Amino acid sequence: MKKHFALGALLLALAWVGSTLVPRGNTGEFDLTTFGRLPVLADGRIKPLDTIARTSLLMLQGRQYVAAGDGRELAPEEWLLDVFFHPELADTYRIFRIDNPDVLSLFNLGSGDTTGQVRFSFAQLQSGLPELDRQAQLADPVADAARTAFQRGAVELREHLEYYSRLKYSLAAPDGGQDLLADLGNPGRLAADRPGFQAMETYSLLRAVPPSTTSARFDDWQSLGHVLLESLSTGRVNPAVPFYAGLGRAWRARQPDTFNSLVKADQVVLSSRFPSVMRRCSIEAFFNQAEPFYTSLVLYVAAFLLAVISWLKWPAELGLAALRLMALAFLLATAGIIARMWLEGRPPVTNLYSSALFIGWGAVALCLFLERINRNAVASSAGALIGFSTLVIAHNLSLSGDTLEMMRAVLDSNFWLSTHVVTVTTGYASTFLAGFLAIIYILRGVLTRTLDRPTADSLARMVYGIVCFATLFSFVGTVLGGIWADQSWGRFWGWDPKENGALLIVLWNAVILHCRWGGLVKQRGLMCLAVFGNIVTAWSWFGTNMLGVGLHSYGFTNAAFEGLITFVALQLAIIGLAAIPRSRWRSAIPAGGG
Amino acid sequence: MSAPRSHPLAVITSLRLTVALLVLSIVLIFAATLDQVHLGVWGVQEKYFRSFFIFDQIPGTGFFFPVFPGGYFLGGALIINLVAAHFHRFRFSWKKAGIWLTHLGLILLLIGEGLSGMLQQDNQMRIDVGQTRRYSESFRETELAVIETTHPNYDRVVSIPAARLTVGASIQHPLLPFTLKTVAYYPNAMLRMRSQIPDAPPSVATAGEGTEMVATQIPLTTNPDEENWPTAYLELVGPEGSLGIFLASTMLEEPEAFTYEGRTWRLALRAKRDYLPFSITLQKFTHDIYPGTDIPRDFASTIHLRSDDGRDDREVRIFMNNPLRYGGRAFYQAGYANNDRTTVLQVVRNPSWQIPYLSCALIVAGLVLQFGIHLFAFFGRRRRPGRPVPAPSPIPS
Repeated sequence: MKKHFALGALLLALAWVGSTLVPRGNTGEFDLTTFGRLPVLADGRIKPLDTIARTSLLMLQGRQYVAAGDGRELAPEEWLLDVFFHPELADTYRIFRIDNPDVLSLFNLGSGDTTGQVRFSFAQLQSGLPELDRQAQLADPVADAARTAFQRGAVELREHLEYYSRLKYSLAAPDGGQDLLADLGNPGRLAADRPGFQAMETYSLLRAVPPSTTSARFDDWQSLGHVLLESLSTGRVNPAVPFYAGLGRAWRARQPDTFNSLVKADQVVLSSRFPSVMRRCSIEAFFNQAEPFYTSLVLYVAAFLLAVISWLKWPAELGLAALRLMALAFLLATAGIIARMWLEGRPPVTNLYSSALFIGWGAVALCLFLERINRNAVASSAGALIGFSTLVIAHNLSLSGDTLEMMRAVLDSNFWLSTHVVTVTTGYASTFLAGFLAIIYILRGVLTRTLDRPTADSLARMVYGIVCFATLFSFVGTVLGGIWADQSWGRFWGWDPKENGALLIVLWNAVILHCRWGGLVKQRGLMCLAVFGNIVTAWSWFGTNMLGVGLHSYGFTNAAFEGLITFVALQLAIIGLAAIPRSRWRSAIPAGGG
Repeated sequence: MSAPRSHPLAVITSLRLTVALLVLSIVLIFAATLDQVHLGVWGVQEKYFRSFFIFDQIPGTGFFFPVFPGGYFLGGALIINLVAAHFHRFRFSWKKAGIWLTHLGLILLLIGEGLSGMLQQDNQMRIDVGQTRRYSESFRETELAVIETTHPNYDRVVSIPAARLTVGASIQHPLLPFTLKTVAYYPNAMLRMRSQIPDAPPSVATAGEGTEMVATQIPLTTNPDEENWPTAYLELVGPEGSLGIFLASTMLEEPEAFTYEGRTWRLALRAKRDYLPFSITLQKFTHDIYPGTDIPRDFASTIHLRSDDGRDDREVRIFMNNPLRYGGRAFYQAGYANNDRTTVLQVVRNPSWQIPYLSCALIVAGLVLQFGIHLFAFFGRRRRPGRPVPAPSPIPS
């Protein structure tokens, strides 16, 4: 068994990865898969309804499935269909996550409703909406950074409720109660529905009606409310109207055959008229369902555990298994990043979410290379740990909405995004890697007997080499940022917080190198400096965005603050651990190693 | 290190000093980043980077004392440290060529940033559709313009920097038949109509529209969304005595007008102007958003450029990431106002703008060379089996 362990682990992992890549069919009678691939225009881009369902749920409640009242688990598409066509039922699903107890107290819920619960339904919250709105209005004039947790919670919940309500107006008038399909044949009744259509046009979150020509212009997509009003004035009914009206009736009346034939027919029509849009939407829906980053996250955890255990037992076999799992997770993450680039038509890093993906990817790539030079599972463990952590961070960042967002005009430059942003992010990744390798040195040295001379020296070489690499990339990245700034708004350097953050990384790496070259630090000092590099990099990556000033801080973020503080405290604790005299370390390495 | 430890030259050239200066720079930049929330980006640059020392006030007194070295100090000290080390400690060798290049680039970079700090001029131009402008205005500097409008074909302008308007100062100029005396100067003030404030104190102004207004001094703002409104009370004194105290403020849209000795004058406090040897006409401004969102997709100004010497007469499109470089200045699409009927261009004049490009190229070349040398040496040693692999040691000795 020992001999074939690495192979077995790889085959097992491959089988699992393969199973996630098989398109999942429909579990019920309704053809939700085809429905989920229908295209709509939202947030400035065309995306499948599947993405709308998933990103909405992630944003509102932090997870993708919905627990219905009777204990059933709803797929994202089922929930979305209920929101569109069965709103009185959708209102009973607990999909609004409320973490702040003060915000919760606005709603007069009984303790039976709130004990052990963080998610609530629209119906539960409805009576408290005027009070929530009042509190949120009080918080509106307060600058984002200065708001209390209660104010932030109130404003956020109001945004979520507004989002949900607008979603309800996207494909049907939620409070009309009329049967649109029946009204279509009766001009008088249709005219009486006008107020509902106007509300749909005003509030709709989606533009679900494709242009009548094969126009590729996004501006030509219209909301259903808009085309309904149009048909009132022209008397001609857009084909999207009977389609969605029929779909709504079939869903409410639970007629899967009608529903399925309608979506299939619509898919065929759209595929012939907009083949590239439909292909893109199918691939995006498949990408959503396959969740390659989640699979890769699990593999990183397994790789990390195997690597750590390999220092105690079966070093060669477990080390190889760890390396293989990490390589597989890396391939999967690569595929995911490439899929995102293709969907977006952009370089890999466009926002904070994708920077998290890319930092993990870059660090793991370096680790695969390092592990080839030193087969001691050290680089594998560091890489798996960074890969895992960055994917967790990315998941939390995805809770704020669609991660494939449109680029603001200032940032709309593929050339600079692909040069400056990618290089500087590689600089972040490598500085983190040096820091994580140093953590492994310190923890293994202080807490275990596994840090022997060759391992210590190889770690020191890796940290030194990676710091050199990090210096180069963070410097080049910072310079390219300066050139971009000079080209686009006229100054090479403006002391903007994000620029300062990048400069701090360059300076800190320079400090490490000069300390090392001047003999001011030996191995242990080098490791402490590298761990501190984690703090500098985390500050530059996240801390600067929390200041809420400067050209780079486009809309982010409060929740990450506690995470940052915890991370910094942890790094300081590790540096403190390293300060314990060498004689008290459990691994006895002769002091003064170079 | 060749000199003994206690030798002053050894201290100046030491790596310890380099490291200390780098760490101090890190602390400085970090503190400046945090303080940006309070001071704004310009305030921080003045206080932290374009200064030799950072001063702080002793609580309860008006006394300021230096608490930390500023950007000029640390930058200068780093240059001295580097240059001295290279003359005293380093011996040139090809193996260290990368370090030499990097350090040379770094010295150039620091000098370039110092020069930018002293020479760079940041102005803006606000142009309405159809309007022609031939000057840009400073973001932060104010000037007092005394304009003689007697002649029908041209104006004569005497411009006085606001920094010269210290209270009690008297300004005399050969083109002006009167002297200007500053009665009061507020870096930021609020103007209101006297009729709206029943119990306002008596007006400082004794002549012109200023008598109808109340100017109240308010603290300077650093909020990027707010503006400061410099305001002054100025007394005009002719040979026969005072002509009255006038109010001038950047908040007043129309300059104060008066007649003296048969000549007509205007008096205006306004953003400092930089007149251009060419004119710019805004023909069209477009502002696109992504459909169904308010995320901006593109801003663009189509302008017509006419130089005074007639050599240039052409249409130019200025948009995001695509500035116009002309006449020693660069024009960037910075913003818009007035329901997309007004474009805001940022106008930058920095004679030293090419230095960072050169210095960064040197540093990048140096780093690639140096780390490349290490890497090849490292792999070269690895290929020879049976020998231990020492950590690469580029310590300059």
